[in-house]
Amino acid sequence: MYPHPFRYFRAGSISEALSLLGELGEDARFIAGGQSLIPLMKLRLARPEALVDLNFIPGLSRIEMNDGGAWFGAMARHADIAGSRPAARIPILHDCAGGIADVQVRNRGTIGGSVAEADPSSDWIAVLLALGADVRTVGLSGERVIPIEQFVVDAFTSDLGPGEMVREISVKMPPKKSGGAFLAVKRSAPVYATAGVAVQLSLAERDMCGEARIVASSVGLTAVRLAEAEKALRGRRIDDRAVDAAAEAAIAGVDPPSDLRGSAEYKRTLVGALVRRAIAAALARARGETVEVTHDYAAR
Amino acid sequence: MTMPHVERVPLSVTVNGKPYDLEIEPRLLLVDLLRDELHLTGTHVGCDSSYCGACTVLLDGRSVKSCTVLAVQAHGGELTTVEGLATNDELHPVQKAFAENHGLQCGYCTPGLLLSTIDLLSRHPHPSDAQIRKAIAGNTCRCTGYQNILKAIRAAAQAHGPR
Repeated sequence: MYPHPFRYFRAGSISEALSLLGELGEDARFIAGGQSLIPLMKLRLARPEALVDLNFIPGLSRIEMNDGGAWFGAMARHADIAGSRPAARIPILHDCAGGIADVQVRNRGTIGGSVAEADPSSDWIAVLLALGADVRTVGLSGERVIPIEQFVVDAFTSDLGPGEMVREISVKMPPKKSGGAFLAVKRSAPVYATAGVAVQLSLAERDMCGEARIVASSVGLTAVRLAEAEKALRGRRIDDRAVDAAAEAAIAGVDPPSDLRGSAEYKRTLVGALVRRAIAAALARARGETVEVTHDYAAR
Repeated sequence: MTMPHVERVPLSVTVNGKPYDLEIEPRLLLVDLLRDELHLTGTHVGCDSSYCGACTVLLDGRSVKSCTVLAVQAHGGELTTVEGLATNDELHPVQKAFAENHGLQCGYCTPGLLLSTIDLLSRHPHPSDAQIRKAIAGNTCRCTGYQNILKAIRAAAQAHGPR
């Protein structure tokens, strides 16, 4: 399988990448890790006339952290994020980065590419929604900082304007006594998840739940925050009753399509189970315990 | 149908220690650079859709699926293919471990599995079984049922010696 012929440009800097794309016009595209774009081009579902490669821009894959938060350059690869200091400090990042597809794809695929593509099955978008991340973009007319909730507009549609690219993703450091977890079930390692759930919560006084965010991915046109499920936890003690209520609200709050990954009913049931498991892992972590969770598939 | 004319792009790359300076069409896939241009046919094409891992090679020491990397993107990089593993007729320890533990039958997936194993052992010289399973989850084998591959990778890790 061969892509339609295209012209290829290796950008050496962000400004060169932006001016190249500006000159080449709307039939040109940026290429990041290429783990989605190259398969789409081979199937000729994407037929760009020109590619501007971001892989050779120094500094665009930088990962940084301080007590205020963590910053990921657009070209930070999943495998590098999995092994990074921010992922050790904010475990939900590790759950996601260490389980996307398989080793080979994680060695190549990038967080910026995943966010820019806005695939409904993106694991990153669910996790970044749970963390309230910001996306910093850059174009010829300057930079913008866009909350991830506004950045993702629809399936495969982001808020990026023509010629604009993702420069960096930032997350605030979660407060003390908070924890998060991301879990997804997939049929095998290399494929997209059948369903995924991200939970990020904090504990207030007397073990009551403070802030809570619950997001489901792969079960609709975009990742969805489950407001009713969040409400079932916020301000309450996280006991069996609260978890039951959150899981039921999550099942009612998703409207997945039936497809080759599973029937709508199966996926709803899966979301309920994942919400329970993700809350348990997030709660344990908020209490300072070490719990390992990630994508689940038959080979594990 | 006539193909639009597309300019060739310079590519400098080192493959198994040997430097190459080439001019290639941008849409040439890394796996086809290796097989068709450099005649290194040990890297196999299985699914051609980033699933099976038969085309796995190392790019700067990290495993990638060469059917899903453009050859032009390997510019300035160092590639290792299965042909680069043995030295002077002496099998690489990972190759030896696969041979001794019946970690292959038809052998089609083996080059990819060898390189995935080398990526794993470079990060985790003494992996747990769970780490081994996760490390080869992107490599499909239709013969062995994986049990002997697991045995082979455990043996390869032991041959690595303590660190």
